[in-house]
Amino acid sequence: MLEFIQKFFGKEAACSKNIAKERLRLVLVHDRANVSPQFMEVLKDDMIKVISNYMEINEQEMEVNLTNTNSSVTLVANIPVNRMKRSAFQQE
Amino acid sequence: MGEVIVITSGKGGVGKTTTTANLGTGFALLGKKVVLVDADIGLRNLDVVMGLENRIVYDLVDVTEGNCRLKQALIRDKRYESLYLLPAAQTRDKNAVNPDQMKVLCSDLAEEFDYVIIDCPAGIEQGFKNAIAGADRAIIVTTPEVSAVRDADRIIGLLESEGKHDPKLVVNRIRPHMVKKGDMMNIDDIIEILAIDLLGIIPEDEYIVISTNRGEPAVVSPVALASIAYKNIVRRLLGENVPLMTIESNEGFFYKLKKVFGF
Repeated sequence: MLEFIQKFFGKEAACSKNIAKERLRLVLVHDRANVSPQFMEVLKDDMIKVISNYMEINEQEMEVNLTNTNSSVTLVANIPVNRMKRSAFQQE
Repeated sequence: MGEVIVITSGKGGVGKTTTTANLGTGFALLGKKVVLVDADIGLRNLDVVMGLENRIVYDLVDVTEGNCRLKQALIRDKRYESLYLLPAAQTRDKNAVNPDQMKVLCSDLAEEFDYVIIDCPAGIEQGFKNAIAGADRAIIVTTPEVSAVRDADRIIGLLESEGKHDPKLVVNRIRPHMVKKGDMMNIDDIIEILAIDLLGIIPEDEYIVISTNRGEPAVVSPVALASIAYKNIVRRLLGENVPLMTIESNEGFFYKLKKVFGF
């Protein structure tokens, strides 16, 4: 019966346009990141700047990557920390 | 000085040539002096869509190579006052022209005409670079499909990196009843993804096929939906504030009732 009502009002749960939109969103995350090869480098540099205010990190071993699974794109950052900066806590 | 507008899309078959022909003719119907430039060298089509294929003597490559004067290559459309076509070469390839030559050509044309409208080839290679080189502004045509919107996004990025900012979007071939059912992305969905300004929407219209068969742009029709949509875009480009067409589905309550009960 519920299905009948949904069909009548044209609100089927899996509208194919939502599938289209979701697929498009995922594919564009990758397309846009790949447009310039410097993208990840710029992002990495900015992350280093921010994080260095709080801790000393090993920039050589730092890894930043976009990975995708079937349903989502994730930014994975692996950043080895050498030590915390005391000054960052004293400011508060 | 006139304005040079490039019509581009990335993906093929979304309606660049149809849009070029209709916007150009639409400007001409309002008394503007217009030239349509077919930049798709090797695969020319704008001439047949305009119904001018039998009148070609010289083409764009003849002009850039100096085989003829610019004026000799321009075909005047006798049906509409002040409308001209510069056809592409059919037997050459995209590398027969370079972006610098296109810049010179566009600025020469802009001195003579109010609007120079360039039909860009599909793809992102040399032909695309040639077509956008001399343009003041860009119009991106897309359809409500994943592949076309994806390519439009890529083109927006490439235009940006070439210093062509603020392109405008035309969403072509909208099918109202599919949008209503949730089986086609709507305008808001597409704008949200691409994040550029909307210039207009064109409903799917069989009249486009008929007009292309005849070689007479649809915009000439006083009643066709696509014609009204193209006229609206022309007026927006001229600076008028024209509200978006309300695309109504003709599937009302009784249609649904019939569909549910299966008769």
